[in-house]
Amino acid sequence: MLKMLLARARQGNRTGTFPAEPPSLPPLFRGKPVLHAAKCLSGCSICTEICPTDAVQVSQEGPLIDLGRCIFCDECAKACPEGAITFSLDWRLAATERSGLCVAGDAQPPVAMLRDELRRLLGRSLRLRQISAGGCNGCEVEVNATGNIVFDASRFGIDFVASPRHADGVLITGPVSENMREATLMTYQAVAEPKLVIAAGTCAISGGIFRGHREVENGVEGLIPVDLYVPGCPPHPITILDGLLRLLGRL
Amino acid sequence: MTAFLDTGNAAPVPITAVPEVTVGRFPETILDAVRGGRRLLLLAGLRSSAKGTRLVAALADDASGRIGLVSTVARDSYAALTVDCPAAHYFEREIHEQWGIRPEGHPWLKPVRFPHGGPAIDSTEFFQVAGAEIHEVAVGPVHAGVIEPGHFRFNCHGEQVIHLEIALGYQHRGVEAALCGSPHKRSIHLVETLAGDTSVGHAMAYCQLVEGFAEAACSPRAKSFRVIALELERIANHIGDLGALAGDVGYLPAAAYCGRLRGDMLNLTASLCGSRLGRGWVRLGGTGFDVRSDGLEALRRQLAAAERDMRNTVDLLWKSSSVRARFENTGLLTRQAARDLGIVGPPARASGIDRDSRRDFAAPTYGDRSPAIAVGSNGDVFARAALRWQEIENSLAFLDRPLDDPGGGPVLTPVGALAPNQIALSVVEGWRGEIVHLGVTDASGRLAQYKIVDPSFRNWFALAIAMRGQAISDFPLCNKSFNLSYCGHDL
Repeated sequence: MLKMLLARARQGNRTGTFPAEPPSLPPLFRGKPVLHAAKCLSGCSICTEICPTDAVQVSQEGPLIDLGRCIFCDECAKACPEGAITFSLDWRLAATERSGLCVAGDAQPPVAMLRDELRRLLGRSLRLRQISAGGCNGCEVEVNATGNIVFDASRFGIDFVASPRHADGVLITGPVSENMREATLMTYQAVAEPKLVIAAGTCAISGGIFRGHREVENGVEGLIPVDLYVPGCPPHPITILDGLLRLLGRL
Repeated sequence: MTAFLDTGNAAPVPITAVPEVTVGRFPETILDAVRGGRRLLLLAGLRSSAKGTRLVAALADDASGRIGLVSTVARDSYAALTVDCPAAHYFEREIHEQWGIRPEGHPWLKPVRFPHGGPAIDSTEFFQVAGAEIHEVAVGPVHAGVIEPGHFRFNCHGEQVIHLEIALGYQHRGVEAALCGSPHKRSIHLVETLAGDTSVGHAMAYCQLVEGFAEAACSPRAKSFRVIALELERIANHIGDLGALAGDVGYLPAAAYCGRLRGDMLNLTASLCGSRLGRGWVRLGGTGFDVRSDGLEALRRQLAAAERDMRNTVDLLWKSSSVRARFENTGLLTRQAARDLGIVGPPARASGIDRDSRRDFAAPTYGDRSPAIAVGSNGDVFARAALRWQEIENSLAFLDRPLDDPGGGPVLTPVGALAPNQIALSVVEGWRGEIVHLGVTDASGRLAQYKIVDPSFRNWFALAIAMRGQAISDFPLCNKSFNLSYCGHDL
């Protein structure tokens, strides 16, 4: 017992200061892209050709990135001869509308707060059932991390629960494989109304790197209505937490 | 061993040079080698033609780090190896599923991943134990935790598990097929998402393979950073597993500290490559990022601090009698069973099998420097936990060398064209165990065939065996002590 208390003192308080303070992210972190239209050369399409997930488009108004397809691999930024694409340290990537994920310039994907009635119900206590549907475990690793003592989502009343019957919504990761389609729908249906759906990670939003494989559904889009999209491959725990808190009107 | 073509790790040989024996002699040729001390590294179908499907077997000689290849062409069946060589059981199920070649005499020829167009997972038969007092417990695919999907079917007598059958395939997303035609712009990202927690391990297996085909050599500096990436991945996952094991027996202090320490390790990886999972770090020809000497110095300081906190935490774990009471003699995997089933990685070493590809197949990344290899003996949950800690200690000690002097050269060397019509295997010791990638190039030097063996593919059956005779309530603990990948298995 004494050893345990000594260890407790030694290990200290490790809970992060987010959201009171901005998170400290490493300089190499690849967050929200910033697109410099003025630098973009007309007629050049290196970025669109190199992108493994067709997330980048170039128009008259310059480059545009669909964060719902982007895997944040940085290939477009490295390939652009003019430096028209850079990845910033901005962790705020989530959006409540699918179209909000298509960004140009240094636009910020918008998150609309839940309507009052839902916010009263869920704003201070949100229980989610996670469904892993054909992903690579990368998103699961980061969703799990939101529950550890550093990110500590339960400070905000956000917890992951064992059964959809205990949940206020589902958080789906992965492109929804053909073999998980039915289980995903059944789990969603088992959650009582009103319920939220969070698509976490680029796979859940668009199929990600697996988009177009005959074995996957290209994400949850079209299968069930989505309330919050959290891009990333995988999204950083702070990105997930930030999206949830803004949806709940806590930020 | 004259029937075999001799090769090494990531050393391509012409596909036409692989000896072809008759379908009648194929099983006996492999069994002779296994009896002679070789280990079945891989057994797979390669391609179909009018003559039939070409099957290839790779046998490893762990002592010399050499690999022997032999092949046959099967029209519709061959005599199953599984009866005499249980390590073949899953490979043979896969061959049947992918190529329709029937291994005659296979005891349980169920599908493995339930690919597109085949039967549904719940439509197939499950092994049933008969008896008036026998009851079945079905769990999954959606489980209680934030975890991947799989279906577990327990046959129990009271609380005691008599048999567990594990049905996977829910995460199948067609990665092997998508890798054909590599290297293409999706390839590296596909291998980094084979198993997200093993992004570095699988990326390294792929890069080693392609670099082998292209006869491209990475600089000593690039190799050092690859080693750092792979060992950081190992430490992060091992300490995370120790925390999860503590959590499964309700010992929350260690669970909390280990969760934080795992995150610290992931953050160290992110500080070097921008991604907590090491994505973007290992690239064809070397690594995507260089680290300056002050960065290496900072890394060393942070690792030393993390080591002190880890030691403090595991000390707590080992000295808690309530933890030991749950860990010891639970989920036993005997050395014989581990050997017969071809188990790899920490579960094999915890059962007393001294095998680690970082030493046994050290070329091309580890070369003459490999870490000390920890080997346990008891094969229970405690042995698998203790082994993880020993591996963390060994990895930390081993990292001193590349951190002291990572060597010189560019971190990224261009990789040229791949040699046409060759076959090669790449072996990497990921944190879960031996990762094997097999590639065959076509006449234009593209990868026409790609085969992946994640350590979980071999090890899931070990969990089923370790659960026999156990209380069903110990399943989460046993499961976590193996901590296998669903997506790595399902591909």
